Amino acid sequence: MASFLKNILTKNSKLNTEQLIQKKTILSFSFFFLFAAIAVLGWQWFRKLPSDSGKTSTPIRKVLDANENIFAGLVSDKNLAKTYPVSQAANPARVNGNLGTKTPFDSATWVMNVIQAKGDTLKLKLDDIRKLPKTEIVFNFKCIEGWSQITYWGGVKFSDFMKAYNLSEEAAMKYLGLRTPDKEYYVGIDMPSALHPQTLLCYELNGQALPMDQGYPLRLIIPVKYGIKSLKRIGDMYFSNERTPDYWADEKGYDYFSGL
Amino acid sequence: MKQIVKKHPLSIRWFHWINFPVLAIMIWSGLLIYWANDVYKIGFGSTTLLKFFPDSFYKALNVPFRLSEGMAYHFVFMWLFFLNGIAYVVYTIFSGEWRLLMPNRKSFKEAWQVLLHDLRIKKMKPPQGKYNGAQRIAYTAIIIMGIGSILTGLAIYKPVQLYWLCNLIGGYEMARILHFALTIGYVLFFLIHIFQVIMAGWNNFRAMITGFEVKKTQDITSVADETNEASDAEIKK
Repeated sequence: MASFLKNILTKNSKLNTEQLIQKKTILSFSFFFLFAAIAVLGWQWFRKLPSDSGKTSTPIRKVLDANENIFAGLVSDKNLAKTYPVSQAANPARVNGNLGTKTPFDSATWVMNVIQAKGDTLKLKLDDIRKLPKTEIVFNFKCIEGWSQITYWGGVKFSDFMKAYNLSEEAAMKYLGLRTPDKEYYVGIDMPSALHPQTLLCYELNGQALPMDQGYPLRLIIPVKYGIKSLKRIGDMYFSNERTPDYWADEKGYDYFSGL
Repeated sequence: MKQIVKKHPLSIRWFHWINFPVLAIMIWSGLLIYWANDVYKIGFGSTTLLKFFPDSFYKALNVPFRLSEGMAYHFVFMWLFFLNGIAYVVYTIFSGEWRLLMPNRKSFKEAWQVLLHDLRIKKMKPPQGKYNGAQRIAYTAIIIMGIGSILTGLAIYKPVQLYWLCNLIGGYEMARILHFALTIGYVLFFLIHIFQVIMAGWNNFRAMITGFEVKKTQDITSVADETNEASDAEIKK
């Protein structure tokens, strides 16, 4: 050991080959283990960073938001989710969750509350939506869990709805918020994605009224997002220039944008 | 007489040792994601030979119910995996190292000899330059796999916005299968790699950390010199 320490301080040119091999090997391995230790400590530090209510730390959120800034730029009315013939649609469609739809529900008194920018609330019945031009879509519905299924939906384009009810001031805001009548489930969606031509306020599945467990009477279908954003049974609709609350991002640690 | 012979440039050692933990994190976080819809298996008809993955495997690695965490880590560390991979490829191109890494006309025949030798079928040791034929094929294949992971990953990540990429790969489901299969490929690569490193011995392993190998003088004149100088000459071309 002592001779090694001496070798470290000796110029390479004065060492014989054996000494040089030993010196270089020990120095290299020392650096290697030093960097390895820094990496392990860095990882442990990163794992233990304080996290938000969704169990996600600030640096992770920042990277996810940076990802959003990079990839949201691609969201365009020209980029459409692939569509399929109706014959390929699954029937019945998969039901994957009952959050927001399990509370006892009186369909006779249902209205959608559209909370406008100035604070007035528009109360709309299903017929107020159904009378608008109908749009149908058959697309591959993608769940954040990883499965996907070709499904056939009918309703009103969200962008058509906004025009029909003169909600241009609201459409100019940055975020859309939706929540179920029981307020158990709520999603936030960036406005460009909401106004995408394939986003529907949807009242039909496979040509029939929505089943209860698919969000009767009215749900969102947004093909440019994972299924978690396609909220079932809309109770309230609201708008904001700040991010609107999102169950999966705020409580469960998922990416807010969750765009496809 | 022993002699110090340079083998791996410092940059390549960095790229290699950065990639190791980063890829490990990508595979781990990918597993957390895959668990949420673990539908892949190997079998025929209704017979399952191998299910990806058995419950005991998930349990042992504490995988269940961590989808959001897996996605968060996957979409953070993807940048390190991507940038380190790009840096490596750019470096090998500009340094000329790619000439030592890409398979050439002899590599496939040589790789066959390496296989026979490693399986103890033939005694004759195939020619070992910096990399033998089997290594050239493996180390080039792993880069193509890396590119494959990035492209299939992007197709899964943004199947609507990057629809052309998703279509090119054969659709969303196909992209997922390929992304998964490539990951299994990395794990198999890793196992063989570790085995080969152990078989090759200390001198070879040390070179991945120190950058040099120790050769006896007669080795240098007979084998190493020839190959190393041949490689140097190739680089200079």
